[in-house]
Amino acid sequence: MKLTLWTYEGPPHVGAMRVATGMKGLHYVLHAPQGDTYADLLFTMIERRNHRPPVTYTTFQARDLGGDTANLFKDAARDAYARFQPEAMIVGASCTAELIQDDPGGLTEALGLPIPVIPLDLPSYQRKENFGADETFHQIVRHLAKPMPRTEAISCNILGATALGFRHRDDVAEVTRLLALMGISVNVAAPLNARPSDIARMGQAHFNVLLYPETGEGAARQLERTCGQPWTKIVPIGVGATRDFLHEVAAITGLSAAVDESALRLPWWSASVDSTYLTGKRVFIFGDATHAIAAARIAATEIGFTVVGMGCFNREFARPMRAAAKAHGVEALITDDYLEVEAEIERLQPELILGTQMERHIGKRLGIPCAVISSPVHVQDFPARYSPQMGFEGANVIFDTWIHPLVMGLEEHLLTMFREDFEFHDAAGASHHGAKAVARAEPVEAGVLHHRTPAEYLDKDEAAAVAVAVLGAPVWADAAERELKKIPFFVRGKAKRNTEKYAADRGVTEISVDTLYEAKAHYAR
Amino acid sequence: MSLDLPATLSGASGCRTAPVLKERGQREVFCGLTGIIWLHRKMQDAFFLVVGSRTCAHLLQAAAGVMIFAEPRFGTAILEEKDLAGLADANAELDREVARLLSRRPDIKQLFLVGSCPSEVIKLDLARAAERLSGLHAPHVRVYNYSGSGIETTFTQGEDACLAAMVPTLAGTTARELLVVGALPDVVEDQCLALLAALGIGPVRMLPARRSADLPAVGANTVFALVQPFLGDTHAALTRRGARHLAAPFPFGEQGTTAWLRAIATEFGISDDVFDRVTAAPRARALKAIAAQSVELQGKSVFFFPDSQLEIPLARFLARECGMTPIEVGTPYLHDALHGPDLDLLPSGPTISEGQDVEKQLDRQRAARPDLTICGLGLANPLEAQGFTTKWAIELVFTPVHFYEQAGDLAGLFSRPLRRKALLQAGAQA
Repeated sequence: MKLTLWTYEGPPHVGAMRVATGMKGLHYVLHAPQGDTYADLLFTMIERRNHRPPVTYTTFQARDLGGDTANLFKDAARDAYARFQPEAMIVGASCTAELIQDDPGGLTEALGLPIPVIPLDLPSYQRKENFGADETFHQIVRHLAKPMPRTEAISCNILGATALGFRHRDDVAEVTRLLALMGISVNVAAPLNARPSDIARMGQAHFNVLLYPETGEGAARQLERTCGQPWTKIVPIGVGATRDFLHEVAAITGLSAAVDESALRLPWWSASVDSTYLTGKRVFIFGDATHAIAAARIAATEIGFTVVGMGCFNREFARPMRAAAKAHGVEALITDDYLEVEAEIERLQPELILGTQMERHIGKRLGIPCAVISSPVHVQDFPARYSPQMGFEGANVIFDTWIHPLVMGLEEHLLTMFREDFEFHDAAGASHHGAKAVARAEPVEAGVLHHRTPAEYLDKDEAAAVAVAVLGAPVWADAAERELKKIPFFVRGKAKRNTEKYAADRGVTEISVDTLYEAKAHYAR
Repeated sequence: MSLDLPATLSGASGCRTAPVLKERGQREVFCGLTGIIWLHRKMQDAFFLVVGSRTCAHLLQAAAGVMIFAEPRFGTAILEEKDLAGLADANAELDREVARLLSRRPDIKQLFLVGSCPSEVIKLDLARAAERLSGLHAPHVRVYNYSGSGIETTFTQGEDACLAAMVPTLAGTTARELLVVGALPDVVEDQCLALLAALGIGPVRMLPARRSADLPAVGANTVFALVQPFLGDTHAALTRRGARHLAAPFPFGEQGTTAWLRAIATEFGISDDVFDRVTAAPRARALKAIAAQSVELQGKSVFFFPDSQLEIPLARFLARECGMTPIEVGTPYLHDALHGPDLDLLPSGPTISEGQDVEKQLDRQRAARPDLTICGLGLANPLEAQGFTTKWAIELVFTPVHFYEQAGDLAGLFSRPLRRKALLQAGAQA
């Protein structure tokens, strides 16, 4: 047993869901207990999908364990086929169903459905989400892709993008655009937005572009074996890596790697004098290995930071991570325990953290700026706007994203000059982060600097409240004061002002608990 | 608005005797582990240790959102291959992890070993483990056990299982006391206690208590009132200890709160004069706030997918106090003794459904085209994309919604999606 609080990766069947939800015309029948449907929320909420994931859960309960769980599974698979008419089906078990040892593959085979049914073997007690996604995609390709004659013009497949992938939507678009600049069309991009019938024609591409080794390498190797397709080893995140990737593709295809770079702005932004202050800023990098290794190269060679620590949570990629860390002169941190990551950050005291949602919160706790470079991420990192990480536009996005949490150059200069100023001092933080400058004399509550002030905290009643204060504010009775303290801190200020204004308007001199709620009712609209 | 009391139980117009549509099939619900999210905030010296799989840890992480970073007092002991191979050492593993946890968090006084689907399926005896660990860590820490597994519990039933596990261990008493049962946000609990105190009812005990030192005693002279409709097992456990249940509608909205308080006041012989004097002002406030917040709800239809067992009392509130027409009221579980008083007050008409076959229920919802659909977050965005207006149900469990001062907020939770839809449509036409 291992005591766990935060987990960087979900169980492997969630990886299978990421493949199924990314694809179209594929249905996943998952043998799982009631409650496992929580995973739907990751797709409908965090990724904001406008449809339910194509997953049928058997949702067995205790009363079903008497022995008809196998029939439950068969019924669920039969109903799912009848209702959704998918082109192909994947079937498997979640951690609990693994223990009751029904055989989803065999059970579905017995139904004799007129579509390919692909059984998944995902060991829940050994492996995790990325393995689940990689293995699922690998099995789909193994079952459906066949050797075929090549397309007349040079084409490739793009491998590895899934649902719930960090910036996968826009990375695929950006890499497709890059390849088009070289004169290469995309045959199939999968799993994201592909159908099983598309998987069946992957064999006609000349080569494969592997975008995400974590979720596509199994399929790339499979296609190399069965269809003789070479695959790219360089992931185009950052300016240098993108240029290397283009040369790699040129070597595979014999085409020219010279493409139009007129929209690439990172090099000049980074060279301009406002960026001088970035030189040698100490950065700590953590995430999945692919994104962390790419980020370290950008940090060190394209922005001029000093990498003081780096690591990844996925052990499968420990070897390349160790090699990359060595090149930066640091020891790689390979762990899936966020407490170890936190301890390392605390020890190193970097000026910037590049990490996952978890590191964002560690940064918040320690008061260190942070930008997100890797899954797992929350809803704000599935943005509405175009924001790839790959290619030239990806480089532009990365520059803006990483620099934003830092104080701007000139601002930092002024803060240093007036370091001791009572209002304008370093602890006030970056001006574009909504942190309120606190006069030095006052103690600063831990963490307050990094809480955004909710907009509702500042409203047009401000002036009225000030007027009340001047005219002699109503007095708070002890009970009412205690009641006020129970209101969440981020609306307490507003409640206090509203109540005082309400009392003053009515000539009430002492505010009681009733006054507080009268005011609440009055302002309820 | 008048302050007349709602018509008392009038079976003729209610839903208590309506046939119930019972369904089995695919269910789109949380398991009982999710109860930990609010229980650990309520019980300040308790730690909840789930014995389960990576899926359990991932679920808690997904459900707890950003709370996961506030040093929460819960975690998952993730079962590994070796735990599945030989059960003998699962107990040794558990003892080691618990000892490590308690040494790191000396402030913990109550430890809950929470069973999950994997631990239940492999028949890991957590009840015995809890007894053994209680002995090992006495008197400083008391160790309880309950199951929050999906195979046994749905969403809020996790709280029920937790409280029911505590009842047998409560001290005995012969005092005639009122016990208020169900976890409430602190501010709401204080309002509840203030109202009861003003009525002259006391002492009042709470289950769960904020700290283990404040745990209530229970006995043959205890009467208890429930503030949550999902506490069936706790109700049974308290009844076994000799306590008597005060049946009442749940304190949602002005009518619900008044009826709930009146059931208690009647039991304790409080005069109508005192009752009216204490409740008049907050009732008037509640009515005013509901009126302001429910404008958009009048005459609209509503469809409830099953989620928390709050559906029936909430449908009663929306129908009687906000002018809505329920089409279907789905609940994961129907308990006559608990839901009966609210069913009596729910105007006849809607389908009452228990359990779920989610695909069939979605077909019914599509056919009914309700103005407002109350559902979980796995369905909300997909339904919005089909043109339906939804209110996500989980918020009704996490937000202060009980008693008078929250009545307007409660109506507002339902009216906000409709108001928003109107705003966005107005914007689209501009």
